[in-house]
Amino acid sequence: MLWRYIFFRVLMLIPVSFSISVVIFMIVHLLPGDPIDNLIRVGSSPDDRAALITKYGLDQPLAIQYLRWIGAMFQGDFGEAIVLRRPVADLIAQNLPYSLALGGLAFAFSSIVGIILGTISATTRSKIVEQFMRGFILLGSTVPGFWLALLMILFFAVQLQWFPVSGAGGWSALVLPVLTIGFGGVALVARVTRVALLDVKREDFVMLLHAKGLPSYKILFGHLMPHALLPVVTILALRIGWILGGAVTVEFVFGRPGLGSLLIRALGQRDYPVVQGCLLMLALAVMLGTLIGDVAQAAMDPRIREAKT
Amino acid sequence: MLEVRDLEVAFGPVAPLSGVSFSLEKGETLGIVGESGSGKSLTAMSVMGLLPLSGGRITAGSIMFDGQDLTNLPEPAYRKLRGGRLGLITQNPMTSLDPLQKIGPQVDAVARLHLGMNASEARARTVEILGTLRIPEPGTICNRYPHQMSGGMKQRIVIAMALAADPDVLVADEPTTALDVTVQAQIIRLLDDLVKERDLSLVLITHDMSVVAQTCDKVVVMYAGRAIEHGPVEAIFDAPQHPYTQALIGCIPKGLSDDEHLTGIPGTVPNVLNYPKGCPFHPRCTQAKEICATDVPAFVQHGNGQAACHFPGAPQ
Amino acid sequence: MSSMTGIAARWMAGYRGTPVSRAFGSWLGKIAGGFLVLLVLTAIFAPWITPFDYAAQDLTNGNAPPGWPHLLGTDQFGRDVLSRVIYGARTSLSVSATAIAISITAGMTLGAAAGYFGGFFERAVMTVVDLTWSFPDILIALIFVAIIGPGLTSTTFAIAIAYLAQFTRLTRAQIVRLKRETFIEATINLGAKPHHILLKHLLPNAIAPVIVVGMLAIGDGIVLEATLGFFGLGAQPPTPSWGAMMSSGTAQLFLSPWVIIFPGVVVAVTVIAVNLFGDELIRALDIRDRIRGS
Repeated sequence: MLWRYIFFRVLMLIPVSFSISVVIFMIVHLLPGDPIDNLIRVGSSPDDRAALITKYGLDQPLAIQYLRWIGAMFQGDFGEAIVLRRPVADLIAQNLPYSLALGGLAFAFSSIVGIILGTISATTRSKIVEQFMRGFILLGSTVPGFWLALLMILFFAVQLQWFPVSGAGGWSALVLPVLTIGFGGVALVARVTRVALLDVKREDFVMLLHAKGLPSYKILFGHLMPHALLPVVTILALRIGWILGGAVTVEFVFGRPGLGSLLIRALGQRDYPVVQGCLLMLALAVMLGTLIGDVAQAAMDPRIREAKT
Repeated sequence: MLEVRDLEVAFGPVAPLSGVSFSLEKGETLGIVGESGSGKSLTAMSVMGLLPLSGGRITAGSIMFDGQDLTNLPEPAYRKLRGGRLGLITQNPMTSLDPLQKIGPQVDAVARLHLGMNASEARARTVEILGTLRIPEPGTICNRYPHQMSGGMKQRIVIAMALAADPDVLVADEPTTALDVTVQAQIIRLLDDLVKERDLSLVLITHDMSVVAQTCDKVVVMYAGRAIEHGPVEAIFDAPQHPYTQALIGCIPKGLSDDEHLTGIPGTVPNVLNYPKGCPFHPRCTQAKEICATDVPAFVQHGNGQAACHFPGAPQ
Repeated sequence: MSSMTGIAARWMAGYRGTPVSRAFGSWLGKIAGGFLVLLVLTAIFAPWITPFDYAAQDLTNGNAPPGWPHLLGTDQFGRDVLSRVIYGARTSLSVSATAIAISITAGMTLGAAAGYFGGFFERAVMTVVDLTWSFPDILIALIFVAIIGPGLTSTTFAIAIAYLAQFTRLTRAQIVRLKRETFIEATINLGAKPHHILLKHLLPNAIAPVIVVGMLAIGDGIVLEATLGFFGLGAQPPTPSWGAMMSSGTAQLFLSPWVIIFPGVVVAVTVIAVNLFGDELIRALDIRDRIRGS
């Protein structure tokens, strides 16, 4: 049953990835001016221009151009960076590990701490703890990430000198970026966990669980948590894309290499092949994230497994 | 076995239940009837000690069960009773089971918890109980999820959970309201059989007077959070003393003639937030006099029953 | 039983007055709402209350710490931070509010049409909407800015597009829910024309949650505007915006942290105030379930 669900869910990715790739492909065509000027360095030789035109078939209909472009992508050819003069694929390969390390740690941090805090705030009877959690959740979900990053640098790196100001050397350089991304993530996950737990608590079947004489901790971990985790898993899966996308700001501020800072730099320099490559990778991450989230949900909830096929 | 005396329940400043008393012996079925919002479910929750879940608490009265007062029983001890000697059957079988768990483990949990059985013993017991409840293929049912079953089936599962630890008292809160009419009769008959076979005490909460007439030994009629009449079923049905009870009985269709009109009770049940002064029923009562609007009537003995009315037995 | 406790809760909360006055009822609502009113007034009357010209440079007095006469200090060009923060409120508030207004208008139109007409149209719209929904707003905004280039106009549209999915989903959910309600079915059965039902019955009943979510989104929009500005893709110099101020401040992070701290504090406090007041509004209108249901 689950495999059937996964099969159809993956099938649904095809139109989605098609539309995303079309949008990203169209970027250079929607820009003012000739697409070729957006894809090549100013002052390139006519031979270079001609080579690029033939490669992407820029003199042919858009549909053909798209097919050539996406075909090249599938072969790992993301084009040539205009400013950095290197294959975009190399740039991505070089930056991806940094993004994955930061994203992975931030993901783990925000999910573990978020679920724990959310559970505490939903189950506690202490008003003070609850008010504190509400305040924390509010702060975490509203404070702009880049500003928090700057404050972290000012306080922990400059004042206390506990961690390096920027760069990607060693584990200590990861602490502040992970905390910055994690802060918002923790707040989000904690909020969703809290709301979901409070929602499930009101369901009829929970009363019957109490009526069966189950102790509270068994009800919480055996019944409430699996329900509450359903929306949390969705959010966490979405978060995979968000963390890679949201890391854009943090990587930029901390001067870390990564897909995000690569994208921002490329946007500033109008290096469109790099922009396209980065966006495609981030979009891929988002799609994978939602896929994993949906499959995880289906694995947890028998109703979804059967309904959505 | 179970004796409730002058029970009063409050949610913050609101007191939706007051002055509810009844008693129940072994092997007896007690019906609690009333319209929705009359406090029937709250009574059930009070007996099960589940009021704190929704923020309510017992402010006065006592609930004696087998010689101990449940109103000041500490939670761990209450937990042993719940699902053990006190079983609950809830109103809506559609939402009463955990949708993420298979049926088997949900029923097994009771025997494991209260009878100290291991997994395989508990499962054997589950299969056995499902069998006695006339559920076909109990073994396969254990591997099903709640959403794969019909409402009547689910209600049987809920009953199985309530029975798993051989309770002394079963509280059934409108066990058939959410079911199809044909299934309703089956479930009621099932409960009736269980009481006879197992010598159970059953508190049957319902708004259906005809169900009470068929199955119960005693009845408590509730209105606006108060018990207004109680006594043996025959006495109450033969000579209802309270105008509200009279009206309720009058609402049962006789089904004898074609020109019979369905009767109702004019007016609506008052809101929890503004219960009327005096007798709670007086705004809808055809017999109401001045005193009914000012003084709460005390119970008046009549035969084996009691009715809280200033003018008991007055013909409608 | 739960409905009863609900009634009790409402009764205890004193359920009267207009939603806005009820939102101002709690002390949190008063503080948050009061701050927002003050902020809007500050933005409107900026020219009269700023102590200095926001663009006036004084290179001899660059990076001055907070004190007198520059209450919040100066940036590296000697420009008054307070005056720039006040003018920044104009940029940030107007960009975010305009963007959200565009987003709401477009989203409600799309969502209402999708929910009302259903069928293939609905599926097409919702596919696209769900697609953008799963992308981080900053990424959608970046794609858009990548296409039409940096600046305030593109920032406005980028924000509008980033939140379009939210309003489309929300409106559609409301319309679909309302369509099932008896009074709408009755109107349809009585032979009312589609546009009459949509404009007279469906939209008025769907609008409250959309407005409240829109209000909350203005907060998100301010953060997004600040982020784009911080990347140098939003307001271009010398236009002051909170994000752009912090962007130019990064170079002087260690010399004059106040250039970054104060705009950031204002952004954070504004967004928190928007959220708190929005929460109070949701409570006052009693529409939490309708917002979450989309």
